[in-house]
Order: sequence, then C-alpha cells, then structure tokens
Amino acid sequence: MEADSKPKKSGARLCCVCNQNRAALKRPKTLEQICRECFYAVFEEEIHQVILENQLFKPGDRIAIGASGGKDSTVLAYVLSELNRRHNYGLDLFLLSVDEGITGYRDDSLETVKRNELQYGLPLKIVSYKDLYGWTMDEIVKMIGLKNNCTFCGVFRRQALDRGAALLKVDKVATGHNADDIAETVLLNILRGDIARLSRCTSIITGEDGPIPRCKPFKCTYEKEIVMYAYFKKLDYFSTECIYSPNAYRGFAREFIKDLERIRPRAILDIIKSGEDFRISTTTKMPEQGTCERCGYISSQKWCKACVLLEGLNRGLPKLGIGRTQGLNSDAKISNGMVIQEESVQGQLFCTNQVNPEDQFFGFYICKK
Amino acid sequence: MHLTLEFGGGLELLCKSVKFHNVNVDLPKGADKLSMRDLLAWVRTNLIKERPEMFMKGESVRPGVLVLVNDCDWELSGQLDTTLEEKDVVVFISTLHGG
Repeated sequence: MEADSKPKKSGARLCCVCNQNRAALKRPKTLEQICRECFYAVFEEEIHQVILENQLFKPGDRIAIGASGGKDSTVLAYVLSELNRRHNYGLDLFLLSVDEGITGYRDDSLETVKRNELQYGLPLKIVSYKDLYGWTMDEIVKMIGLKNNCTFCGVFRRQALDRGAALLKVDKVATGHNADDIAETVLLNILRGDIARLSRCTSIITGEDGPIPRCKPFKCTYEKEIVMYAYFKKLDYFSTECIYSPNAYRGFAREFIKDLERIRPRAILDIIKSGEDFRISTTTKMPEQGTCERCGYISSQKWCKACVLLEGLNRGLPKLGIGRTQGLNSDAKISNGMVIQEESVQGQLFCTNQVNPEDQFFGFYICKK
Repeated sequence: MHLTLEFGGGLELLCKSVKFHNVNVDLPKGADKLSMRDLLAWVRTNLIKERPEMFMKGESVRPGVLVLVNDCDWELSGQLDTTLEEKDVVVFISTLHGG
C-alpha cells in the first residue's frame, strides 16, 4: 500500500469502481462504496440516462428550473447546466423562483438563488404571492393560524410557478423533487386514500396536456446523494426548514421513510415502483377533469383549489377549501358553485403539503381582491 | 482528544448558530478508544443547546442526518463503532429541509 500523509485506518476501503482511490461514501441506491470522482461521474451519468430514457427535453427547449435556493434545486441547476454543455442538449435554461413572503425563510433563500444566478450564469425570474394574489404567506398564517398552511402555500405555489413560466415563455418547468420526496408522496396518498393523486404522483412528466408541462429529473435520485454531491462540490445552498413546516402531515411520512432507509435503503425506489405499478379498480370512481368557472384553470371541482382558498381568505373564512369535500351530501352547502365545509366531517384533517398535479394553467391568473 | 466538528444543513441552529467547533473530548472511563457512539453522547450533552431530538434519536443521529469522518461517509467505517483519532474532522449534515 502507498504511504499517505495520514496513515490509512484499518478497514479503509477502496472505491469499487476504480479500485484506486479511497471510498468516500456508500451509495444507498446500490450499497456500493465509491470515491468522490467516480461518484460525480455515476451521479451525473445516471441523471443523463433518466433524461434520455424519458425524453424529458428536446433541442431548442426553453426550460425553467424551479429554484428555491435549497439543496435539490441548486444541485439540479448545477447538474442540468453541466449536462446541457457536456451532451449538447441545446437547452435555454432559466431559474424561476417563487417568493411566498415568509420572513426569515424565503427572503434568505432568495439571496441564495440570486447568487446561483451569478455562479451558474442562468437568468433568474422571481414571482411573488403578494403580486399574484395580494397575500403573503405570513399574512395568510396570521389569518388562518398554524394548521393547513401548507395547503395554501402548495396550491398557490403551483400556480405561481406556472405564471412565472408563462412570463418566461418556457416550454417546460423542471423541479428538484427527489426519490425520497416521491416515495413520501406515494405513502401520503395511500394514507389519505387519495387515489386520483396516487395514480399520477410517480409520473416523471406531468401536465403534458396543458400549456406548460413539468418534469422531475431527480425522480430516481436519493436525497442523501444530492446532499453529498453538493457537499463535496461545495455548492452554495440554503438549508433551513420552513418555519411553518413542523405542522405538516408530510413530516410523518418523511420520518417513516428515513427510518426505512436506514434498514433497507432500496425501499425508497421500491415504494416508487409500487406507486407506478398500482392499477385502479374499474369500480373506483375517479374525479373528472373540467375547468374552473372563475379562472379557467383545470379543476375537478366547479372552482379550482386556488380560487376557493383565495375566496376564503378574502371573505375571512379561513376554513374554506380545507377538509375533504364530500360532494353533494347533507354536510355540505352549495353557494356560488362552491362547496362550503362548515366543520370537516372527519374532524381535523391535515393539510396536503403537496401540489395538485391535476391543475393546469390556461393563461389566466387569480385576480387581486 | 482534540477534534474538529462541523454542523451543516441547519443543525448549526441547535448549537447557537456556530458551524465549527474545536473540541477536546475525554475518553470514557477505562476506555482506550473514542467511538462515534461516545462522541455523539458527548455532543448531545455539551454542544446541543436546544431540541436534541432534531439531532439524535436513541443513541444514534436522527435518520436524515449524514455523518462524515475525515470526509468519508461513516457507513464505510462502521457508523457508531467508528473509532476516532486525534485531530479527526467530523461533519454532521442534516438533509431534512426543503430543496
């Protein structure tokens, strides 16, 4: 063995790919022990293969990368720029950021995205809830309290991203959702009996029948590997939990997934595979897709979720749109085409903390009050 | 034993927002080695000033916290059984935040 500046510890392993360098991490996906250089290569190559096999992009596409300044979107921006160069995808890449108006969280992370704009040379566009809806998340939480914040934020963010994408005139939006996120979503949908979402949440491309489709290039990428990649490459990202997130239901699914990963890391990809292979029984009633009467967004209800939530905010009815709608049953009253839930039949329901994949954007946006 | 500890991914907030700590850890009584297990217990007692459940679960780190010893994943060196040496650098990174 060669002499190092520091003597090798007993049991120091060599990379199983190159057999030359010291192994730096154990990949959860494959349990391989791999050195930094080989890790960079395999990480980047696997994402390249995912892009090719799923035909995520075509030459000339303008792509907006949903950028929060967090670990996933920063690494996505870095890797996509790199692969675009290396493999000549011919893409025009942009950074698209949403300012929800969460003091102490979003204002700091936006500083990171502004640095990313300079570091990666990608033009940045920021859209804000205040401009689009007339409400910041801080104002919303003041009105509705600390439960169900994520429902509002997730629904509004979806439309905000679409609005920003329309302003940038892009062909597609790419988000940094990773394998852990998608496995959590599969579990969440099972826990909530949300069959409609369950059938869509593992798709790597969504919204193809709308104006601006979305894709998730990190669908098969483990969160641990994203963090290790960012750490070794010293990528600049912002890492604080949203101050409102401790109340989110997703936290339970995340805790469970992390515990599972410890015992059997492959479980994360296997859960996604199960989600992909589910088939809905033909006797199960699925919601039908129509359009929102108020704004034209695709919606399975008379009004889309964002319109219902906004109406609730503007009328001082914070529970409007929260809780499961039962269709036309005796517990729900219909007014102006909306189903008004007075008290949720099943008691307190948790917020969804996930975007609604069925929503599409037709060039309208929610009017300020 | 002198060690350098680094807290990242938001964990620094549990240590009064200090990312880097140069520490001197005593070996446990009667032991001739310091293991990660010992170090974690020491960190919980001496460095974590709030919400210890964000850092540890049981005798190990909370699932979702990555640990690197001298820039190597601790999964390669035996996790809690990893033995530490003088001047080692241990990094704790939380992955549990938005992306």
